[in-house]
Amino acid sequence: MAPNADGQSLMEVEARWPRVLLFTRPFAAIGRAAIRWIGNFGAAAVFLFLAFLKIFRPKQVPKIIQQVYFIGAKSTLIILLVGLFTGMVMCLQSYRALVKVGAEGALGTLLALSLVRELGPVLTAIMIAARAGSAITTEIGIQRISEQIDALDTMRIDPLRYLISPRIAASIISFPLLTALFDLIGIFGGYISGVVLLGANAGTYLHRVQTSMEMKDVTEGFIKAIVFAVIVSTVCCYQGYFAHMRTDSHGAKAVGLATTSAVVISCVLILVADYVVTSLLI
Amino acid sequence: MDTPLIEFKNVTKSFGPRTVLERVNLQIYEGQVTTIIGLSGSGKSVLLKQIIGLLKPDEGTILFKGKPLATMKKNEKDASLAQISYMFQDNALFDSMTVHENIALPLRETTNLKKAEIDLRVTARIEQSELGDAANKYPSELSGGMQKRAALARALVTDPKIVLFDEPTSGQDPVRKNAILSMIAQYQRTFGFTAVLVSHEIPDVYFISDRILALYDRAIVFQGTPEELEKFDHPFKDEVIQSLEGLQEELTGLYSKRQFKVLYQAQLKRKTDGGTYSVVLFTLEGMDAITASLGYDAAQEARRRMGGYIDKHFGAKGGFSTRRHTNEFVTVLPYSDLTEAESMLKDFIEDFQKEGIRGFWAVAWKKTPSKVSVEFAILAGIAQGQPIMEIGSVIDSAKHQQKEIGRLRCDVRR
Repeated sequence: MAPNADGQSLMEVEARWPRVLLFTRPFAAIGRAAIRWIGNFGAAAVFLFLAFLKIFRPKQVPKIIQQVYFIGAKSTLIILLVGLFTGMVMCLQSYRALVKVGAEGALGTLLALSLVRELGPVLTAIMIAARAGSAITTEIGIQRISEQIDALDTMRIDPLRYLISPRIAASIISFPLLTALFDLIGIFGGYISGVVLLGANAGTYLHRVQTSMEMKDVTEGFIKAIVFAVIVSTVCCYQGYFAHMRTDSHGAKAVGLATTSAVVISCVLILVADYVVTSLLI
Repeated sequence: MDTPLIEFKNVTKSFGPRTVLERVNLQIYEGQVTTIIGLSGSGKSVLLKQIIGLLKPDEGTILFKGKPLATMKKNEKDASLAQISYMFQDNALFDSMTVHENIALPLRETTNLKKAEIDLRVTARIEQSELGDAANKYPSELSGGMQKRAALARALVTDPKIVLFDEPTSGQDPVRKNAILSMIAQYQRTFGFTAVLVSHEIPDVYFISDRILALYDRAIVFQGTPEELEKFDHPFKDEVIQSLEGLQEELTGLYSKRQFKVLYQAQLKRKTDGGTYSVVLFTLEGMDAITASLGYDAAQEARRRMGGYIDKHFGAKGGFSTRRHTNEFVTVLPYSDLTEAESMLKDFIEDFQKEGIRGFWAVAWKKTPSKVSVEFAILAGIAQGQPIMEIGSVIDSAKHQQKEIGRLRCDVRR
């Protein structure tokens, strides 16, 4: 314990005046939590850096392809469904509002820009975090608690290279592709809802979708998708990889909590990063 | 003695406030089977994990061929540790991979061998481990014994110079335990690696160990041969060995060596009237051929049946028996002279020829996939002793008298 200006440690002060604890404890708890968060953030950054460098080592391509299949290809159906209904419901809500001000022609513009710039990357990332991210954390967490990761170490196989790097690379490849798919199917959902069901003009809708979007909008969406890919893959891999070091539980329960933390932290960080990236690119 | 392959100098390891190892000193020599024994939670696995670098000592030095690991350059350290393989207590097989993929993993990831060469090596190891039928199964589809064998095959596939076994027989039945120990011993002889085992299996593990290290109260309190351990006078012996060593050896159902000694002293040392007793020494000869033809389990089953048969026959007549070496059984007949003992042995041979052989070959029938011819011999020798004599000299005398009492040959054809 560090001594204060009078050479007395905080512990000695607290021992002499126990009521001081009432005031110091909340601050100490906040301080500990802050130090833990900063420590974890730093560790995750180092973790990401090392894993990223190892993407370019030999024998990685087959593992990356395998992970692209799991994270990307196997998420296609869920992305199609979510994209379709997101487009439909957005169109439904927006059309009613636009009709009131006589601007129903702007339906295509509103939908396309919202999806491509904002909703596409965010909802895609959240859906992949929930589907593939949770599975990644659980798989790596179980491998950790059943000593499979230690076994890799003893076989001189770098666990970061073998387990983490392919998942980060696969996420960076899959997220933009799935985002593009989400955008496309969302616009199609808007067409079904707006044109087929609500009776908006098909030509106006498609024309506005085509003319209102610029390459800059598409690029912004893809940049966000890549940022979210890095966040989701790092958080999910990190939580699983260090599941055995959790202080709140052990064993299978620790893996369960790590999975919950991975999904929650990923979702929160996606929204925080969305704001930061948008404010930088806008 | 030569420079130890691995040496611990004053190694201390703590987890939080709990000190697990305190100023541990030990030596492990090349080409030997060294077994670390101690109670559960005494830090045996921690010790093993420090050798392979999964854990680092808080204090002290670990030397590899006389050089401290901590001061080695990264390349040198990697090269040293690459010679070591580790078999985990819970196997640590990858549950999403088949047995073949698990065994191939270290070759695939750490070498530049072509796929065909990897497949060849893996298939050879799979066959040696009697896992032919399980090659394409997942670990969860295998029995505990098969998982152990798969983990053992994975540990050996890179032809390591040193293999660390963390409780390789935990959770196995007596036949499997001894089959695994026997497999380790045979592999060690065949491939010449240095084996370091952590085990509770006393006395079974003595049969395959060149050296025993005893971990007690956070330190190594004994290093030496199993025979030297018998003479070791320390609280470890009372508290640990006697608690780990069962009243009877699990595989054969015979008395453990210690219990055998206690019985010997209790029954024969009291004979002050100059009476005699007899010792019968049985040896199973040609068991390596049985192992090669029928597998480790069948060989252990044969040993188990032999032990059971000896116990059944001589136990009813006041005799007590133990397994002296892997294939050697000794029976003391405290109330019989040489003539009576010879008569008893004759009865045993007749009975065994009638009934015992059938039990032996039942094992062969279960295990043999196609036609095979297996053969082994049973030798027996009798000697007479007096209570004042050392039992070792009487047993040696019985060994000199040994002759073949039965040769079992079986042609199994399907």
